[in-house]
Amino acid sequence: MANKDDIKFLSNPNIGQKRKKYCRFRKYGIRHIDYKDPDFLLQFVNNQGKILPRRITGNSLKYQRKVAIAVKRARHLSMLPYVTDLLK
Amino acid sequence: MSEPMKNYEVTFIVDPVLSGDEIKSTAQTYVKHLESEGCTIVHNDEMGLRQLAYPINKRTSGIYYSVEFSATTGDVISKMELALRRDERIMRFLTIKLDKYGVKYNDDKRNGLIGKKRDEEQEEEKEAKPAPRKAAPKAPAPKPEPKAEAKAEEE
Repeated sequence: MANKDDIKFLSNPNIGQKRKKYCRFRKYGIRHIDYKDPDFLLQFVNNQGKILPRRITGNSLKYQRKVAIAVKRARHLSMLPYVTDLLK
Repeated sequence: MSEPMKNYEVTFIVDPVLSGDEIKSTAQTYVKHLESEGCTIVHNDEMGLRQLAYPINKRTSGIYYSVEFSATTGDVISKMELALRRDERIMRFLTIKLDKYGVKYNDDKRNGLIGKKRDEEQEEEKEAKPAPRKAAPKAPAPKPEPKAEAKAEEE
């Protein structure tokens, strides 16, 4: 009889595993987020120009706040749109 | 120096309809204005003509200027903002206070360190991505073995 140790290999244990999210600002030591760099900020908004939540970007709270401020400043200076479709 | 200097940055968009000289003189007006108020201009960056993300005053493009300066008091800001607000040639402006990281970032950017940093990051990300893929094919490898064992046991 196959015991428990054998059975666990019958299906690939790596399927369905999510890649661990991380905060890129902490990982790469970015301390300041430039609001004059819309190409960089584009990574934190969706197609409609909305700010992506932390659960998707993986940012830490500290840097998510900074990202949100930078995006809003960029919007004021017309570097990012307030409302749009098909941004990316 | 009794009071510490605070660092600020003002970004404004100048109307692109004006002639080249007028645009430059507009920007210079504010730089001189700040200097006359006793501020130290750290850097005056002309970012050039950019496409706006949405129209402002029926214009679809604008000339961006970014002036980094340090001042002892915040009083100059309100004076400068009032002048900016009254100026019809200025389409939009934003003044922010820079923290120490912001100052360092702007410094690095001027010395060309930031661009390289981004490239390194992208390379690191590229390197990081294939790693799990390499690991993935290894995992299914032990799969046939338990099956074979199971068959053997059935027999």
